[in-house]
Amino acid sequence: MKCRRCGGTATLELRRHNAAFCADDFLEFFRNQVREAIRRHRMFARDERVLVAVSGGKDSLALWDVLIDEGYDTSGLYLDLGIFDYSVESRTKCETFAARRGVPLIVRRVADEVGAPVPVIKQVTRRPPCSGCGLSKRYLMNRTALEHGLAVVATGHNLDDEAATLFGSVMHWQTDALPRQSPALASTHPKLVRRVKPLYRLSERETAAYAFLRRIDYIVEECPFAAGATSIAHKEVLNRLEDASPGAKHNFLFGFLEKARPAFERAEGVTLQECVRCGQVTTSTVCAFCKLADQVKRAAASAGAGADR
Amino acid sequence: MKVLLRNPRREVTVAGNRRVKEILRELDILPETVLVIRGDDLVTADQVVRDDEVIELRPVMSGGRR
Repeated sequence: MKCRRCGGTATLELRRHNAAFCADDFLEFFRNQVREAIRRHRMFARDERVLVAVSGGKDSLALWDVLIDEGYDTSGLYLDLGIFDYSVESRTKCETFAARRGVPLIVRRVADEVGAPVPVIKQVTRRPPCSGCGLSKRYLMNRTALEHGLAVVATGHNLDDEAATLFGSVMHWQTDALPRQSPALASTHPKLVRRVKPLYRLSERETAAYAFLRRIDYIVEECPFAAGATSIAHKEVLNRLEDASPGAKHNFLFGFLEKARPAFERAEGVTLQECVRCGQVTTSTVCAFCKLADQVKRAAASAGAGADR
Repeated sequence: MKVLLRNPRREVTVAGNRRVKEILRELDILPETVLVIRGDDLVTADQVVRDDEVIELRPVMSGGRR
């Protein structure tokens, strides 16, 4: 198989583009896709500082790597979820990357902010672990950006993540979730920073290839709580479709963004206000993060009372 | 030839001197879901892997949400 651009031996075939590339030309293709995403959705300007949410995985570290090389002023944010060895290793990957590239990394521990790490939150709430984890991540990303005076948070969500989320929303006709699914969510409140996904045009195989070819040391092992997650099942279904019909995931997501999303966007109307407790943005009086922290505190108090008896 | 797999980490032996796509098919792995690594390089599905070589099939799927 030959590289589409230089004719040399290809290292990666991209069936959905009916193309193959050598390592150098693939890296340039990848950077071009990120540039196009940033340009098309006006994700951030050259002079804006960007908070990059990093997990130690291939996507977020690949994103950070590209943005640094493109000359953007970035800071990383690592949220320590307290998930046993997985969190220890993923934090080390982020710290090593930041040190090697000479860029600042902010670290926040969910246990300090919520009162307990993700495995305990899972027990207390009796809800799937990804629920409390996702809620905490979104809250802490926004609040950390505000605290550091950054107007935008970039996450490593890729095409597969976005297609799987869309698939899940459509399967359940969650019409309130559809308008919020976008490569760039504008700030709709002074305390809500812009959220952008510069990798949305790239599949997770492409981000993995980028990370590998750039020799980025990322955590390959899966989060121990991800096994059996619905989003993984949705990705598997979509990969079957992709195998039978290359470009299926791309067409599903991009067709939605271009043709269907505007209709759902018009229908959306929520009132945003500030949480009476923490001051962060919510649609109710007390935000979901504060409610979660309360639940953790109550469980700890009741466990303490039980131990005293 | 040896094939390294992840999640969980394990090693299987399959017949070599075949194209990568045939090895993936035998192991029932979709090409879209893995990087095929030989040494420091990635290899495409049409390349032949010799019997004395080792390849890693590194899964690319990440995330979780329930």
